[in-house]
Amino acid sequence: MMPIEVGTVLYAGAIGLVVVGIAGIVLSHHLFRIILALVIAEAGANLLLVLSGFRWEAIAPIITGGDAVQTMVDPVPQAMVLTSIVIGVGVQALALSLTLRAYGAYKTLDIRELQRRMSADLAGEAGTPLPQSLEEPVGGRPLPAAEGDGR
Amino acid sequence: MIWVVALIVIMMLVAAVTVLLVRNHIAAVAAASLVSLLLSVLFALLRAPDVAMTEAAVGAGLSSVILALALRRLGLGRVKDA
Repeated sequence: MMPIEVGTVLYAGAIGLVVVGIAGIVLSHHLFRIILALVIAEAGANLLLVLSGFRWEAIAPIITGGDAVQTMVDPVPQAMVLTSIVIGVGVQALALSLTLRAYGAYKTLDIRELQRRMSADLAGEAGTPLPQSLEEPVGGRPLPAAEGDGR
Repeated sequence: MIWVVALIVIMMLVAAVTVLLVRNHIAAVAAASLVSLLLSVLFALLRAPDVAMTEAAVGAGLSSVILALALRRLGLGRVKDA
């Protein structure tokens, strides 16, 4: 029986986090849930970066004053991840503020509804007919009174 | 050692899937915070104590506060929501 390496478990966890996060970004319909999925994917990417410079037999990259030279883990990915965590919180705050503005303007967070109303608003501003598919007739949604108002 | 790491990784993945599947938004924020907290434990095991400190303070603390404040502003912050 072949033992499972601990590095395999760690890489599986990191890649699993990225996969779960990207699946959430693609499959969610709620804007707040998409931001949470973005946070998860970013955590997985951070773990992957730290793992790239890691060895089990090494010590933490802190010089304690001793003259005995020991193997250290690579400190460069750790410094990059330190920056990446802080930048991730900044990106998250920006996304949340944009979500708040979208909610204040349209009173919904469903991305299909948001996209529909935003394209309707854009077409109304530009004075062009609303681009619409032929399979789905226009229902009772609030459209600007233009000549593109089907039926 | 491998069992500790495997347990933490499995809990992290379960929490990540919970974020996407649970209906309550407060519970989703709590699960995302749990992912960050377990990730900071994993960083401490991976000989990166500074990254672990930053992840626990910024990723699990400040990020959850920002998310919860945005939830309250969005009007979704009710706990007894289906």
